[in-house]
Amino acid sequence: MQAHLLSIVLFIPVAGMILLLFLPKENKTLIKVWANLVMFIGLVASVPLWWMYDRSNPEFQFVERCEWIPSIGARYIIGIDGISLLLILLTTVIGFLSVLSSWSAVEDRLKEYYAFFLLLQTGMLGVFMSLDFFLFYVFWEVMLVPMYFIIGVWGGPRKLYAAIKFFLYTLVGSVLMLLGILTLYFHHYNQFGTYTFEISELMRMSIPFTMQKWVFWAFFVGFAIKVPMFPFHTWLPDAHVEAPTAGSVILAGVLLKMGTYGFVRFSLPLLPDISKDGFTVKVIAWLSIIAIVYGALVSLMQKDWKKLVAYSSVSHLGFCTLGIIALNPNGLAGSVIQQINHGISTGMLFLIVGLAYERRHTREISEYGGLSNVMPTYSIIFAIAMLSSAGMPLLNGFVGEFTILQGAFEVSKVWAAFAVSGIVLGAAYLLWLYQRVMFGPITNPKNEHLKDLNLREIMVMLPLVVWAFWIGVYPKPYFEILEKPVAKIVKRIQPDYYRARGLKDPLPNYPPPAGQVAQAGVQNP
Amino acid sequence: MNFTFTPTDFFVLKPAILLCLFGCGILITDFFIEARQKSFNAITALIGLGFTAYAVWQQQTYLKANGLSELVGLSGAVTIDGFGIFFNWIFIIATALAVIISSRYLEIEQEHRGEYYALILFAQTGMVFLATATELVTLFIAVETMALSFYVMVGFLRGDKRSNEAAIKYLLLGAFSSGLLAYGFSIFYGISGSTRLSEVASAVATRAANDPWDPVVFLALVTTAVGLFFKISAVPFHMWAPDAYEGAPTTITAYLSVASKAASFAFLLRIFQVPLESVRTTWEPLVGAVALLTMTVGNLAAITQTNIKRLLAYSSISHAGYMLLGLVSGNQTGMKGIAVYILVYAFMNFGAFTLVVAMRSKDIIGDDIDDMSGLMSKRPTYAVLMLIFLLSLAGIPPTAGFLGKYYIFLSLIQTRHYYLAVFAVLYVAVAAYYYFRIVKTMFVSEPQEKLDISDSPGIRVALAVSAVFTLLIGIYPEPFLQMAQKSLLAALR
Repeated sequence: MQAHLLSIVLFIPVAGMILLLFLPKENKTLIKVWANLVMFIGLVASVPLWWMYDRSNPEFQFVERCEWIPSIGARYIIGIDGISLLLILLTTVIGFLSVLSSWSAVEDRLKEYYAFFLLLQTGMLGVFMSLDFFLFYVFWEVMLVPMYFIIGVWGGPRKLYAAIKFFLYTLVGSVLMLLGILTLYFHHYNQFGTYTFEISELMRMSIPFTMQKWVFWAFFVGFAIKVPMFPFHTWLPDAHVEAPTAGSVILAGVLLKMGTYGFVRFSLPLLPDISKDGFTVKVIAWLSIIAIVYGALVSLMQKDWKKLVAYSSVSHLGFCTLGIIALNPNGLAGSVIQQINHGISTGMLFLIVGLAYERRHTREISEYGGLSNVMPTYSIIFAIAMLSSAGMPLLNGFVGEFTILQGAFEVSKVWAAFAVSGIVLGAAYLLWLYQRVMFGPITNPKNEHLKDLNLREIMVMLPLVVWAFWIGVYPKPYFEILEKPVAKIVKRIQPDYYRARGLKDPLPNYPPPAGQVAQAGVQNP
Repeated sequence: MNFTFTPTDFFVLKPAILLCLFGCGILITDFFIEARQKSFNAITALIGLGFTAYAVWQQQTYLKANGLSELVGLSGAVTIDGFGIFFNWIFIIATALAVIISSRYLEIEQEHRGEYYALILFAQTGMVFLATATELVTLFIAVETMALSFYVMVGFLRGDKRSNEAAIKYLLLGAFSSGLLAYGFSIFYGISGSTRLSEVASAVATRAANDPWDPVVFLALVTTAVGLFFKISAVPFHMWAPDAYEGAPTTITAYLSVASKAASFAFLLRIFQVPLESVRTTWEPLVGAVALLTMTVGNLAAITQTNIKRLLAYSSISHAGYMLLGLVSGNQTGMKGIAVYILVYAFMNFGAFTLVVAMRSKDIIGDDIDDMSGLMSKRPTYAVLMLIFLLSLAGIPPTAGFLGKYYIFLSLIQTRHYYLAVFAVLYVAVAAYYYFRIVKTMFVSEPQEKLDISDSPGIRVALAVSAVFTLLIGIYPEPFLQMAQKSLLAALR
């Protein structure tokens, strides 16, 4: 059981999907219960990972491997370290909650809807678990199709435009990434005489700088579109605004993290020389800073509630990429924690927009006002979500942003100064949004009799609220989980980082002495 | 030259002889079959295919048992090797699928006549020789046998203006391209004094060693290449394809796009890899340019199509471009890539066209994209199957189409054709756009009143086979890759 725990977590959703296809179309309750049950089982199965994960072990854990396509050297290898563990837990939690939140929001073509969600869930989990580049690519692409349908079928008025835009953007990025993968794959053959996609094998290579450069930027396109970094962000507002609530939650909560995860897992460790190259660092850092400030300024201007939250994602993800490119333990750990935080707080914000939309069927901020008078529970939860997103101490957002700023400050005070302005602007647009929607007298008569949240809706929000407080008040377990994996990446890029600064090296024996030969792979592609 | 027909010759020719016999048999027995029972002809054709498959299997096991890489028959005119056998299997599968989807369609079109099945078998006879012949005259007769059968089949709907027009266009352009081929072949004969490919190859190599831009060789190269590009519908010689695909009976479109393309590629690979291999430096940029152009025009023109058959025609043009890229890289990965691509393409393209066949019912022609509106809400199984085929055509994993493209990209990277690789991958996104127009219509648009699927057991079997293989090759490709590997290792070297 324990040996295959990851596979079980990975395939529960898709197994549930296959069974779902045999349920009668007419019995809507059965379909809903089944989909929720499957997602819940997936969540329950993933939770033990938190305890079973050995924090003192820097290697990948729960590794499963078997041959898949021997003639090209592609294997089924999955495993997790601290970074993927957190993202997997985020995925199972957000996945379950977004399905639960669809209970009354979606009434049309239910069977397809839940089938796509379950397929999407496996795709996302696969991305975070794969330790083989081929497998990673397959999952990366698999997840595109269900998301296309979720936006395109159950979305808003411009759903088709948004769906195909999302699809094509991501596809362009990922096919270029594929070329990068193939270049590494072929280079491994030139160096060791075997073909393999295994990440740990590819890491043994010494890659010439020019090749690193090309591969890095090929990966960059793929990941930056997914994050999305400025100026590749234009698909995001469309996709977020048009997607159904649960789609937006998954999109913001999990899908965007695939991009940042790609940087952390692949770009940095595989291509360390180009990653620390001055030009690369500058480009990525400044694109991140532009995203932080630009995203915040655009959010400030939005009249559409959902679009505001969408652009705030651009800003928040800017923090994540800034933390990554700081290339130090604080920046990287802060970035991963901020990815989790963004999943929690933006997930909550989208759910909150969705709850209001279900009641009023509009997202214009000016249509609302004074909601706190009629919806007290709602206003409390909204306040928590908003403050968590704005980076209020004792809530999760603060922890992530503060750590990232520490990391950024270590590299450049200018970066930190600009990034701080993003926090200020973030507080501004969020507080102003809250003020316009929740406070004051009720000006629009349609808002007078809005129902407050029911038990199911509270149950959707509650886990996220609790999680936000947990990270905000006691983030230590998260930093513990991240310490070793982050140190591994830092030492891969800057081997002398800890020694030069007189810090305690969490991984004194890493990297292992050189001189090993390739152990895996096949002779012919 | 004294000529004797040995048992080996018979063994080598057996599949073609069987196909011919059964084709003629259908023509005769058709006289005794009533108009309503023409489906018997399909059964006869399937029996013939069964025997052919057995003969091919015998050849395969014979080669394996005796450890031979090839078996030469008819004094060197025909060679059975892994390459030919691999293609023969594709032809058998494609023909069998074409036969089983045809009955219902022809009944609806009210053109259910026996010679249809005979022509399909005759076309396959030509294909068998295209994949196995190693001599210029045999190759030329083979390509004409196949093409002539197709000219008739494309115009099989006598009452339909589009079908007649398509047949004429296809005939005229096809005849023109055959003329060019014959011209190129005659120059080959002129410089080598032989029609055997191996002897032509050494003559070309001798000349090319003196001067890689030898004008005579160059002329032969260009005329042959143009003729071949016509056959595989590479741009700028693709004009016949959209018209022929649109006008032909859809079942024949499916057959034409899969089997004829596979056979033409077998032909093209033989010519480029054997007699022209020594002048690779000359033709590599040429083929590269044609491949790039083919992908560009195929993909861009497909975007604006409103007719599914035309759209799939342009998409199949672009697929030919991808396959040509495998030839450009020219290494073993590239060759394997072409083989895998053709195999994969056979299933996914046949599946997609079979669905268009099923869309043809009494009331609607069903070849407009809009005719598929709301297919998901009316017949979800068919919509999901079409989704699988389209995803595969677009090259999205885990469907088989991805694997074909994967090998092509890999071979380009290996041979350092980075620019071609970048173009090739970016066109994947363009292609996804127009395939997803169909997806969108099926899944999002409101259903039409008269939408109906006219399925028959044959269509269901064909769809199931295509879908199963499209997914299987995508998810667990190992046995198929082994097969492609074996078929090509010995061949063409």
